Amino acid sequence: MDPSVTNTVAAQPAVELHDVARHFGRFAALRGITADFACGRLHVLLGENGAGKSTLLRVMAGLLAATRGTVRVLGAGVQREVATRFGYMGHAPLLYDELSAMENLEYFAALYGIHDDARCAEAIRMVGLDPALERRVGQYSQGMRQRISLARAIVHQPELLFLDEPFSNVDVGSARQMTTLLADMRDAGTTIFVVTHQAALMESVADECMVLEAGRMVAREKGIPSRMLSPYAMEARR
Amino acid sequence: MTKLYKALTAVTALLLVYGFYQAWYVAPMEATMGNVQRIFYYHLPSAWVAFLLFFVNFLASVWYLIRRTDSADALALAAAEVGVSFCTIVLLTGPIWARPIWGIWWTWDARLTSTLVLWLIYVSYLVLRHYATGGQVPVLAAALGIFGFVDVPIVYMAIRWFRTQHPQPVIGGGQGSGLDPAMWVAVLWNLAAFAMLAVLFVWARYRQALAERALEEAYIQAEGEAR
Amino acid sequence: MSAAPTLWNITRRSLAKDLRLEWRSKDAINSMLFFALLVVVIFSFGFDPTAEESRRIAGGLLWVAVLFATVVALNQTWTRELRNQVLDAYRLSPAPPQALFLSKTIGNFLFVAILEVLMVPLFVVFYNLRSVGPVWQLLVVAALATWALVVNGTFFAALSIRTRSREIMLPLILFPISIPALLAMVDATTSILTGDNSPFFWMRLLAVYDVVFTAVSLLLFEPVLNAE
Repeated sequence: MDPSVTNTVAAQPAVELHDVARHFGRFAALRGITADFACGRLHVLLGENGAGKSTLLRVMAGLLAATRGTVRVLGAGVQREVATRFGYMGHAPLLYDELSAMENLEYFAALYGIHDDARCAEAIRMVGLDPALERRVGQYSQGMRQRISLARAIVHQPELLFLDEPFSNVDVGSARQMTTLLADMRDAGTTIFVVTHQAALMESVADECMVLEAGRMVAREKGIPSRMLSPYAMEARR
Repeated sequence: MTKLYKALTAVTALLLVYGFYQAWYVAPMEATMGNVQRIFYYHLPSAWVAFLLFFVNFLASVWYLIRRTDSADALALAAAEVGVSFCTIVLLTGPIWARPIWGIWWTWDARLTSTLVLWLIYVSYLVLRHYATGGQVPVLAAALGIFGFVDVPIVYMAIRWFRTQHPQPVIGGGQGSGLDPAMWVAVLWNLAAFAMLAVLFVWARYRQALAERALEEAYIQAEGEAR
Repeated sequence: MSAAPTLWNITRRSLAKDLRLEWRSKDAINSMLFFALLVVVIFSFGFDPTAEESRRIAGGLLWVAVLFATVVALNQTWTRELRNQVLDAYRLSPAPPQALFLSKTIGNFLFVAILEVLMVPLFVVFYNLRSVGPVWQLLVVAALATWALVVNGTFFAALSIRTRSREIMLPLILFPISIPALLAMVDATTSILTGDNSPFFWMRLLAVYDVVFTAVSLLLFEPVLNAE
């Protein structure tokens, strides 16, 4: 991370949400969320299935338009203006199954104007995989696929990351490695948002957490309080 | 119903009655076709009104893509639905006219064929609107509405050239062929009447579409408060 | 070394990626070639013309057959981008949406051209066709006509993936708008084959259609791509 860039953005929040709502016909996935998120922190979004976590992440990344309210990412009202500065990892892998890891990364890097193979190889190495592997991504294990998906999200060295369930169905070794990588990136100044069910994995690295319930933000705290670590913690709240 | 709407309804009713009078009693009898020809006074104004409504749909679609307002979307929908209705009238009155005169239900006459294609385009628009599901149907429909209207001049050009290459009997005496000035009066009165009718229908449908949207909002609001 | 993601650059890369994917999986092209063959054979059973008659109707038959094969092929184009939600990755990048549209359209054009290369000789053989007019004119008509089908087809295919009944929605919205182009391509082909009329008006009409709808598609692609 270029230090001068860090200094200019440090004062400004990474993401600003003001009364953000998102409706799908008669279903309100998000109901008026207002919050600011500081730079250089690892923010964890928790909540039950259907609470709106993935929807919120997609709205922040600009994949979904907000039905009401405003979203500002890195100071811009339109995410496209800062597209080179943030990355997104979805619930699905966002990769082409019939291409190898390097081929995938080379294509997506080209979309960001990067034609340097070395950077693609570097991103693959950062997630603990071998760039020389010719095997098609469709034949990877889930853990490897999630890691390549993460590599794709960081190949352009973004200062902001949105990750949706990065650890779903991933083996413990891969999960731990990804967590370490995220912590390192956060320490270097990257802002990271993680949506996850597995709060325990993030316990050691989270700076703050936010809990969503039925489209509303119901809690926001430093780190991850122990009462939220159990998967049944949401049930216990009732 | 607002006072203005009631007043316009009254005016429209008067225009329709006067237009009928003009078409049946004032306009001269056509030399070769007799009274059957009088259906022309409904056939032609319907065509013009339909075309005008599709133009309104085009404008509303463009406005929706720029501003994304509910009212633009509601107007586009209302204009398309009423436009298709008037277009259907054209397609029905054509054969009704053709059958007694030429003994056939349909000729591939240039104007009638073009109207058929227009009808197909906007019916496909309505199918997209009503049967496609997913949150962003208004955006998709607006795109289709723009495509459809841009196609219209090309349709007319293509079919007219086709007909000059492969001539067939023409309903309505062809483009601007000898219409008696006395007939024009009847045409214009009925045009005014049909245009007013279109305005009434579009306005009502527009209000209804907006009400549906408001209902959805209210539902979401109520559901939110219940928790 | 970084080059800004320009329109032509990205179009080229996306097209190369699509060709590579198609080469690796071959799922679309094989089934489409067989489908195209079937369509030609079935049409031949339906119509059993003399040599003179066949020159008059072959234009219509060929282009209707191509239209049906094209619709089946078009749906596949975007399906690949929906698997693994990989389309999201493109939308998030600074790459221009128009490049994605162009790459898909050019890819479809090549695809349908391959189908035509299969279908046309079959038609010539089954109907004992011989053209009165010059063949180069037929090639020009074929190029213009294929682009006309494919440019709107690609756009509406993208549109219909955002709906739930996508397979039927595509032909339903594509056919009416394509009618003037269909009329032009059929009549131009017939005119050239029989030598009865001049095809030049139709060729000009197709060219106008192509230019107009390519422009409209490029203009309107972004809202449709991001309609979620």
